[in-house]
Amino acid sequence: MSADPTQTLAFDTSCHLFSGCGFPAPGLHSFLFKPLWGDADSNLYFNKTMLLALIGSIVVVAFFWAAFARPKVVPGKLQMIAESGYDFIRRGVVYETIGKKEGEKYVPLVVSLFFFVWMMNLWSIIPVAQFPVTAIISYPAILAAIVYVLWVGLTFKRHGFVGAFKNFTGYDKSLGAVLPLSMTIELFSNLLVRPFTHAVRLFANMFAGHTLLLLFTIASWYMLNGIGIAYSGVSFVMVLVMTAFELFIQAVQAYVFVLLTCSFIQGALAEHH
Amino acid sequence: MSPLVMLAAEEAENPLIPPIPELVIGLIAFVIVFGFLAWKLLPNINKVLEERREAIEGGIEKAEAAQTEAQSVLEQYKAQLAEARHEAARLRQEAQEQGATLIAEMRAEGQRQREEIVAAGHAQIAADRKAAAAALRQDVGKLATELAGKLVGESLEDHARQSRVIDRFLDELDEKAEATR
Repeated sequence: MSADPTQTLAFDTSCHLFSGCGFPAPGLHSFLFKPLWGDADSNLYFNKTMLLALIGSIVVVAFFWAAFARPKVVPGKLQMIAESGYDFIRRGVVYETIGKKEGEKYVPLVVSLFFFVWMMNLWSIIPVAQFPVTAIISYPAILAAIVYVLWVGLTFKRHGFVGAFKNFTGYDKSLGAVLPLSMTIELFSNLLVRPFTHAVRLFANMFAGHTLLLLFTIASWYMLNGIGIAYSGVSFVMVLVMTAFELFIQAVQAYVFVLLTCSFIQGALAEHH
Repeated sequence: MSPLVMLAAEEAENPLIPPIPELVIGLIAFVIVFGFLAWKLLPNINKVLEERREAIEGGIEKAEAAQTEAQSVLEQYKAQLAEARHEAARLRQEAQEQGATLIAEMRAEGQRQREEIVAAGHAQIAADRKAAAAALRQDVGKLATELAGKLVGESLEDHARQSRVIDRFLDELDEKAEATR
């Protein structure tokens, strides 16, 4: 590994097949960025993903501001699009999982989560940016943490301390002798594994997607030499295919993230199961 | 490089260890989105969606009310129409019956009057004839006597005169007949 793993571009562009240098494969270093400001060793810096995160949140707010700031009973085109997105999350996710009465309170949070995550994912295929912000674990982690605090807090508030404990452990007398074991597993699964998988599911999907895109993009460029051009073409087709696939995965992962959020909230509010 | 240092170096690259600054920026970025949406934009659109729902439901209710009213008016109208038809038929029937009785009465009256007139005519004629016969009988006698007297009284030699007397007599007869008519 080179002394400085971070680069301005994702790979070394001077390297080609048959020119005596190895394939500059993408790896963990592809997810490290030189700070635009500050020092990477201290905790005071500003880099590309932070810039994208902030711009992304401004884009989301700007979109909804343009659509909903002065909404009309008879909607314009932009309002109609935003409304259908809003309605999809509200009705299709929140009402479906939590129910209309209990779920109404959490609609703003879930809608914000969905569009925020989707925007962060979308950066992956937006030219120049071309990096999914959610492929840095911090972003999914902070969102998962917010959701975790919310649903754990809700469980205690709804069921009291003992009730919450029963809720976390899936307490069920009919299990008999295996109850202690089942309770231990459930407690571990719900309180420790759940937030971790919640964050990592999103992170890993975006991480892998970006790696795949990088792989084919780098390969297209790397093989662009001599007879390699033919392979390069194949690789470039894969770049296009993977870009389309990523577009789909980005939406799906944002959807899965909020669907899980809702199912956690629903579990916290539900009576003993 | 000692294994511990290598481990530390790997640790720094572990993609599952979240860097703190990114966590903070991520939180800020999300709070921006959540803040704007929860504070203003979603309540805004909820209000409008509610208004729209009410407008649509209100419209439907209005349309339903209008339809029921139209239906009741139509039924009322139909009932009135049927009643009017019934009434008209009844009136026509009545008029026909009245007309028929009227015609029958008129006919009977006419018949009666005709018979009266005819009877009166017959009686008159009979009376006249009787009177005429009586008068004639009286007159014939008188005339015969008169004529005889005249014939006897006048000179019979004058044939011309004689015939003149007869003519005069006949004229007188005519005059009398004229007068009695």
